[in-house]
Amino acid sequence: MTATAPPRTTLDPSALRARFPILQRQVHGHPLVYLDNAATTQKPETVLAAIQRYYSTSNANVHRGVHTLAEEATAAYEACRSRVARFVNAPDERGVIIVRNATEALNLVARAWGATLTAGDEVLLSEMEHHSNLVPWILLARERGVVLRHLPITDSGELDMAALPGMLSRRTQVVALTAMSNVLGTINPIAELTEAAHRVGAVMVVDAAQSVPHMPVDFQALGIDFLAFSAHKAYGPTGVGFLVAKPELLERMEPISGGGEMIRAVHLDSATWNDIPHRFEAGTPNIADAAAFPAALDLLEELGMDAVRAHEHDLVRYALERLRSLGWLELHGPLDPARRGGLVSFVDPEIHPHDLAQVLDTRGIAIRAGHHCAQPLMRRLDVAATARASFAVYNDRDEVDALVDGLMAARKYFGVA
Amino acid sequence: MVDRPEVALDELYREVVLDHHRRPRGRTPLPRVDARAHGLNPVCGDEIHLHLSLDGDRITGVEVQGRGCAICTASGSMMAEVIPGHTEVEATAFAEVFRNVMHGKVVPPDVDMGDLEALEGVKKFPVRVKCALLPWVTLVDALRAWRNGATEGTATTETEEANP
Repeated sequence: MTATAPPRTTLDPSALRARFPILQRQVHGHPLVYLDNAATTQKPETVLAAIQRYYSTSNANVHRGVHTLAEEATAAYEACRSRVARFVNAPDERGVIIVRNATEALNLVARAWGATLTAGDEVLLSEMEHHSNLVPWILLARERGVVLRHLPITDSGELDMAALPGMLSRRTQVVALTAMSNVLGTINPIAELTEAAHRVGAVMVVDAAQSVPHMPVDFQALGIDFLAFSAHKAYGPTGVGFLVAKPELLERMEPISGGGEMIRAVHLDSATWNDIPHRFEAGTPNIADAAAFPAALDLLEELGMDAVRAHEHDLVRYALERLRSLGWLELHGPLDPARRGGLVSFVDPEIHPHDLAQVLDTRGIAIRAGHHCAQPLMRRLDVAATARASFAVYNDRDEVDALVDGLMAARKYFGVA
Repeated sequence: MVDRPEVALDELYREVVLDHHRRPRGRTPLPRVDARAHGLNPVCGDEIHLHLSLDGDRITGVEVQGRGCAICTASGSMMAEVIPGHTEVEATAFAEVFRNVMHGKVVPPDVDMGDLEALEGVKKFPVRVKCALLPWVTLVDALRAWRNGATEGTATTETEEANP
């Protein structure tokens, strides 16, 4: 999470594309140009094969049976946990809880850590958060009388760091911020924010859904306490996400969901809890998809996260240049590509984002149009919706050109001079 | 440029639709507002503010403000054209017919859809059906609020499925 310009790209997107079966398909007679990677990424053949392999060879329930399949399934599932711990440099794999997605991870923190808060305690969020890092805290505020504060953003779409000291106090118990905005692309200075949070004794929660797949993320170097991300935005299957935490914090949290797996001993009217991380994993988990996720991390490690970041930085710089050169688009987020991840949000003042996305779809181009689950930010930007193109390792400059051609065609189609 | 995909696009954006989108009717503020509602499509964030004038139970004026896509804007514009002159009961029934058409049912033989017929292509684009329905769920809500003596209704495209 650095704001310095990364080295030039060394990825070969066309070779990579061949490893993603879905990128071979056509949409409305055109090759698919998939630019909705901030919503979900496509999956490489190795991930698809891993899911198939798991069900074909090792399917069983985890952490119970003594038979061979149960042992293999448990090993495959636990391998995901240790692999994720290594990938984000977690202090201990006991600090990795496997959940459904980043949203569930953030809800888990808000409920289980939130249970240690009392009325009048404060949680600091920001105006650029995704609903998944707003609504869990709203639920907490309603339940416990916790006060929510929101760090404002500047007109260039960055956190207003000058306002930070005034929003932190000894009442602040939690600071929960996104590492990279899913709308603006802004990369936030997490290490600096974490230091500020710790100075007042708050824990630092990071929504890393957009950062882990796209740039090097080092849990221990950042000094953070909780980190949430989803496998499906990182070339892995849907239905698997992670809460990475300092184990000593998890030890202080009560479970929020009860059932099999998470218990040590159960009586008719009482129970004791299993050790972490299993305490927070009630019931049969999504074993197959967890077992397949390391194949996605293999790909990212093979490419190198510095190269991934450099490639997407190059694409966003090129996209900003080309989109700005059209002359009619409102671009949102920092204009300096070094301060943003690989996505661009824009508005054609004459064409609603839905209509833009519809025209682009007929040309095989997939972008997102809407509020991107960030309604407070939309209000701050004073737009109902934006169009968003978001990049991944398999995208190239030709696809940015296709997007620009599509935007010009949309103006022609709707008769905008 | 390949023309083929735009043929499919023309199913959605028929010329009449584009005309209503470019020159939306019903944008003039009403001198008197008897019923109003705020409609929201939570899927995309589009919203409209609907004002109605009534003379007894007969709607005399429709004003549609807000921001929406071409389909939503055109649908609201057509509504502003077709609804004045109808009673509250007729307008509610008309909204129900339009909702059914958007969900794939045929237009009853005794109903003249007027320009709204041009929105029939929308049903082939399921995610856009809500865009076309937003003005209409807002209308139904404004009329329901008016009937109940309330000043303002609040509709979303999500509630229309649950309570037609």
